Amino acid sequence: MPDLLLELFSEEIPARMQRRAAEDLRKLVTDALVERGFLYEGAKAYATPRRLALHVVGLPAKGQDVREERKGPRVGAPEAAVQGFLKSAGLSSLDQARIEKDPKKGEFYVALIERPGKPTPEALAEILPSVIRAFPWPKSMRWGAASREPGSLRWVRPLHSILCTFGPETENTEVVPFEVDGIRSGDVTYGHRFLAPGEIRVRRFEDYVAALERAKVILDADRRKAIILNEAKNLAFARGLDLVEDEGLLEEVAGLVEWPVPLMGTFEEDFLAIPSEVIRATIRANQKCFVLRSPSTLPLEGRVDRPQAGPGGGEAGAGLSPTPDPSPERGGAQAALSHHFILVSNLEASDGGRAIVAGNERVVRARLSDAKFFWETDRKVPLEARLEKLKSIVFHEKLGTQYERVARIAALAKELAPLTGADPALAERAARLAKADLVTEMVGEFPELQGLMGRYYATLQGEPPSVAAAIEEHYKPLGPSDRVPTDPVSVAVALADKIDTLVGFWAIDEKPTGSKDPYALRRAALGVIRLVLENALRLPLCFFFAPQFRSWSQRLAVRSGQIASGTGGTAGTPDETDLLSFFADRLKVYLREKGARHDLIDAVFALGQRSSALAGEVAAKRPEGGSAGGADGVSSGMPPATGPSRQGGGESGQLDDLLMIVRRVDALGRFLDTEDGKNLLAGFRRAANILRIEEKKDGRPYDTAPDIQHLRQAEELALWEALVIEGQAAREAVAREDFEGAMLALSRLRAPVDAFFDKVTVNADDPALRENRLKLLNALRAATREVADFSKIEG
Amino acid sequence: MPVELAPLSPARSFQGLVLTLQRYWAEHGCVILQPYDMEVGAGTFHPATTLRALGPRPWNAAYVQPSRRPKDGRYGENPNRLQHYYQFQVILKPSPPDIQDLYLKSLEAIGIDTRVHDIRFVEDDWESPTLGAWGLGWECWCDGMEVSQFTYFQQVAGFECAPVSGELTYGLERLAMYLQGVESVYDLNFNGREGEDKVTYGDVFLQAEQEYSRHNFEHADTEMLFRQFRDAEAACRKYLDAGEPSGEDRRHRMALPAYDQCIKASHIFNLLDARGVISVTERQSYILRVRELAKACGAAWLRTEGGGLAG
Repeated sequence: MPDLLLELFSEEIPARMQRRAAEDLRKLVTDALVERGFLYEGAKAYATPRRLALHVVGLPAKGQDVREERKGPRVGAPEAAVQGFLKSAGLSSLDQARIEKDPKKGEFYVALIERPGKPTPEALAEILPSVIRAFPWPKSMRWGAASREPGSLRWVRPLHSILCTFGPETENTEVVPFEVDGIRSGDVTYGHRFLAPGEIRVRRFEDYVAALERAKVILDADRRKAIILNEAKNLAFARGLDLVEDEGLLEEVAGLVEWPVPLMGTFEEDFLAIPSEVIRATIRANQKCFVLRSPSTLPLEGRVDRPQAGPGGGEAGAGLSPTPDPSPERGGAQAALSHHFILVSNLEASDGGRAIVAGNERVVRARLSDAKFFWETDRKVPLEARLEKLKSIVFHEKLGTQYERVARIAALAKELAPLTGADPALAERAARLAKADLVTEMVGEFPELQGLMGRYYATLQGEPPSVAAAIEEHYKPLGPSDRVPTDPVSVAVALADKIDTLVGFWAIDEKPTGSKDPYALRRAALGVIRLVLENALRLPLCFFFAPQFRSWSQRLAVRSGQIASGTGGTAGTPDETDLLSFFADRLKVYLREKGARHDLIDAVFALGQRSSALAGEVAAKRPEGGSAGGADGVSSGMPPATGPSRQGGGESGQLDDLLMIVRRVDALGRFLDTEDGKNLLAGFRRAANILRIEEKKDGRPYDTAPDIQHLRQAEELALWEALVIEGQAAREAVAREDFEGAMLALSRLRAPVDAFFDKVTVNADDPALRENRLKLLNALRAATREVADFSKIEG
Repeated sequence: MPVELAPLSPARSFQGLVLTLQRYWAEHGCVILQPYDMEVGAGTFHPATTLRALGPRPWNAAYVQPSRRPKDGRYGENPNRLQHYYQFQVILKPSPPDIQDLYLKSLEAIGIDTRVHDIRFVEDDWESPTLGAWGLGWECWCDGMEVSQFTYFQQVAGFECAPVSGELTYGLERLAMYLQGVESVYDLNFNGREGEDKVTYGDVFLQAEQEYSRHNFEHADTEMLFRQFRDAEAACRKYLDAGEPSGEDRRHRMALPAYDQCIKASHIFNLLDARGVISVTERQSYILRVRELAKACGAAWLRTEGGGLAG
């Protein structure tokens, strides 16, 4: 069976686009083949900086024959219709058509069209130009004289030649003939730009790969990666060093070379005084080089300042940096960087790479000099002296500058501190300094070092370790797998940062929609959830949201020049209730991913939904109560440890308390795993079913208390007593947040419920008795609602 | 580097590098122009690039352009950063099929042996918000150092380029530092002589860097500059209006003088920016104002003979 080889040879394709482009080429061509009935055995695509290649194996030599009948006009139809039919069916006269009879339509012509299957190259010659013309590059361009006219070919960079051969494995192949914007397909490609630039004639894939390799081109990106990794490790090993592996960099570098030649360079050891993250960022981002580390030298921690102290300085140097360990959690995991690095060139140079290494070392040196300069000059300005500059950084057009944001976060962090167990003064301090590194030279140059540089600089200026740590950690967690801070100061600032972001974007109605979440608000909410749950915090969300929303609506009104009308948000503007339901959704997603049963989550949330409206009211009423009159939402009193929204009464205590929701789901899950739980659930269902049917039949609810006078049978009375006692017990246990206790109370209902259904006929003949028994069932339904909405439970 | 190199060898003198590039591109059919006599931020601002990139007429030119980036001043203390430096600019319209080879041969011409040095084309898309222009291309690396920018203009002044031009920009100081093997721009040998006759880049420019850094960051008269910005903007509009065609001739008559005012506004904006008197939000609006001028000038240019409109 014949194979197809296609190569599109162009100027340098951006590394980040190559893999995807190869995959697109494979899919577009094979899909078009299959669509036309050409099945194939296998297909693989390849990319180098200068070419996309596709190999399709096991194609038929020609397509299947097609037999098709086409209905024509009635016999005796007007001449124009007959001519049209002949033309479309490819007939020269009506003699070539058959006449068929239809009882309804009478006699009409039918043409039998037989088309022999198209030779595969012909089909390819149709398919390939349109695939090339419509290729889905993320960014494409026009070029050359052809670009004078509209509609000229677009490609990622100028396309120079097309190689396309088709034929069986052993015999000669043929060129699939087509042309795209003046480029005719052929059987020629070219080798390495500098090492073997000549023409190469190719028959088939096996030739092609071998010929390219002779011409210093490795077609397969994964092979290039393997070569780079292997040789880089060998170079490192020869020096007794370890390669700091970096998959993203490896992928990129493999897309920058056709013939990878890893080489080792060095820089002055003095530069190791710069934090290793900075060295790595510099060398990686600007030079696309790998860094190395010494396997068994000192861990990174503790060495950051030593080189500066100098041999004569001794411990005196420590006076400048009271805490010698700016990065306590980093130690151990990462050994010290070496002053060697690995570059990957695209050339087997005639001097063995000496000039290339020297040139790269020069650039690395210049870059590290810049970094060292930033590292040294940044430290001359204390972080707090940088805050003014945050006024020039707009966080969001409607949400003001980073400066304003820092003020809000600091106030909020201070408020949150008692809940996380942090010293409010430290939390406030950390929050005030948290964004200061954004205006350092270093972070200006390497934005990915934000937070980390702040930590270094804070440590050097003598901030308490928890403040320095919080400056780095307040961005965390950055995703579902990122580490969650545990230091109380870090937790307070991290929460404040995220809550400020969420409330702000909610206040200006910039919520995530569908797949669009440009401000990563889902991630922020998940961050809050993980911070709260993994640190087992009691955080009444609404208590913190509500004043924030109020001050936003005032701020926004002032900003938009409106006169603040009252304190409430304008109608339609999202508020804390809305944000809370967003949290509920995110929490459900989080719990589901953790493996919790979705129906149990729903059962607990169904309670929350019923009363979150209530929580909203309670929270909204608070301002009129006058506790937080301040314009910037800093309420004076701290929430009592038990949670302020519980003052609203009863179960609303858990509505916005993530930890309590999760504990309730857990307890419910465990309860339902017990025999008592399963039986109670069965009893609940039986009660609920009967109630549903009878309430519907009677057109009235039975939602009032039963009349004790009418409880005749012992089982009725026993159930009623149990409901009163255990319902009360469950309610009290919930109020104590003792969910196990609440479940235990409910479990004691099992026996009386079972006995009731055993012995008592609900639908008694006496209507008064029947009514009373239905009310009793309702009391059972109500009692279970103390812990969850059992109607949501499945299985 | 061997000592016996001739003074005008590109590896020996800054001016030798300039002369070699000029000669190379002259031999390949370029018009060798002299720098535009106005302050610009990059060689692209020269009307020989910005305006000539618009319209259907072929155009091949090369020139050195002194470029001013007021914010990049470092008082002469940074070995790599200057507020005034040179770009060597080549524009080839339409972009010839062998433009990459032409570029690589120009590197050979200045002494970069591609059998020894690792030359790479690394993705770098170019966009100039002030000119309403963008293109795709690369930064060209030599042994890990960016020595040139290579761009296929797709749009200039908000208009599609038809045909597309290829633009090459060589960072002359950086290239010369590499060729001469010096670590500081101020140590570059400018004239290729030695001993008493040697003139360095520092001899020529160090004082200027110090003085202009003071000017750009501390003393530039902002009140005057704000006024001049408004004046340049108004003048640009005025000249565009005054140059509108009259009578039979459909062509615009003052696209070039109007464009000068656009360049002027752009440079004044850069100065104000360096002085730190433009806030973040204002910044956007200033850029937008310059872009509107550039667009209007581009539109006018397309209605001139150079822009391809026949009388």
